[in-house]
Amino acid sequence: MKAKFLVPLFLFLLLVGFLGFGLSLNPREVPSPLIDKPAPDFTLARLDNPEQTLALADMKGQVWLLNVWASWCVACRQEHPVLVALAKRKEVPLVGLNYKEVRGDGGIDMRKVAAENELPMAIERARDWLQSHGDPYDVSILDINGRVGIDFGVYGVPETFLIDKQGVIRHKHIGPITPDALRDTILPKVAALKAES
Amino acid sequence: MRRFLLACGLSLFALVAHAQTAEPVAADQALEERVMALSHKLRCLVCQNQSIAESDADLAVDLREQVREQLSAGKNEDEIADYMVARYGDFVLYEPPMRGSTLLLWLGPLVLAVVGIGVLMLRLSRRNKESAPVLNEAQRAKARALLEKDDNNGTQA
Repeated sequence: MKAKFLVPLFLFLLLVGFLGFGLSLNPREVPSPLIDKPAPDFTLARLDNPEQTLALADMKGQVWLLNVWASWCVACRQEHPVLVALAKRKEVPLVGLNYKEVRGDGGIDMRKVAAENELPMAIERARDWLQSHGDPYDVSILDINGRVGIDFGVYGVPETFLIDKQGVIRHKHIGPITPDALRDTILPKVAALKAES
Repeated sequence: MRRFLLACGLSLFALVAHAQTAEPVAADQALEERVMALSHKLRCLVCQNQSIAESDADLAVDLREQVREQLSAGKNEDEIADYMVARYGDFVLYEPPMRGSTLLLWLGPLVLAVVGIGVLMLRLSRRNKESAPVLNEAQRAKARALLEKDDNNGTQA
C-alpha cells in the first residue's frame, strides 16, 4: 500500500514502452499476403523484343528475383548499383518488371499521349534508362497498365519478390534493396531455396 | 516515391479546402455510387490514412478503376473486397475482420470499459460504507471543544 504512489509511474513507463515499440515499426512496410502463395500468373511483352512474351511458367524450375522498377522511380536509382553488382555475381536470375513506365510518370499528361504511342514511348524510355544506368536484368517485361503490379500487390516501387522453383513467392522486399538486405537476407534465402529440391 | 508524398501533401490541402473526394468517372450514376461507397472502405496503401476514394495517389486511381470494372462486370462488394485482401492483405480494409488475431482489437475497448466501470463502482460503494464514523458523547464534546478553541484563536489573531 505504501508503494501506491508508484502506480502512475509504472503506468507511465508501460505507456512509454508501448510508444517506443510503436516508433520502431515501419508503417510503410505492409506484410504481403502473397508470401508462401503461388505467384500470380502473367504473360507480358519483353522489353528487349516486344514481339515476344515472358510468362510465369517460363521461370519454373528456377529460383529467381522479380524486381519492380520504372525510369521515373527515384528510389530505383538508389537501389540500381546494388542490382548491377548482384547481376555480375550471376547467382540468381533477375527479372525486371517495368511498372507503368509512361502513365506512372507524374510529369506526363496522359491525355496528351495517344493510346498507340504509349507502348513505343515506354520501350524507348525504359531502354534509355537501362543504357545510361546499366542493365542488371536477364530480361525485363512491360507492365504498361500496372495490372500485373496490382496482382502482385505492388504499392510502392521498387519492390522485389523472391520466387522459388515451384513458382511460389517466398520473400518480398519493399523499397530499395540495400547492400545489407542483399547480403543478410536475400542471398541466404536464395541459397536455401536453391538447395530445396 | 516523392511524387506519392507530394500527391499526399497536395490532397491534404484539398481536404482542408472543401473535403473533396475523387470525381466520378462512369456515366452510370448508380454504379458510381456503389464504386464510391466501396472505395471509402478500402485503404490507400500509399497515403495510408486515406481511403482509395479520397486519395489521388496513382495506385488509388488504379484501384478505383478496378472496383468500377469489377462492379460493372457483375461482381458484388464482398468479392471485390476479397480480391483486394488477396493482394494487399487485411490492411486494405478499414474495418478489420473479426478473427483470433484481431479479437483484442475488437473486444479490448469493451473489456477496458467494463473493468474501469467495475473498479469505479467498487471504490464508490466502499467509500460510502466507510463514511461518517459514529462518535460517542465524550468524543463529541472533545471535538466541539477543539473547534471552539480554533475559532477563538482565529478572532484573537
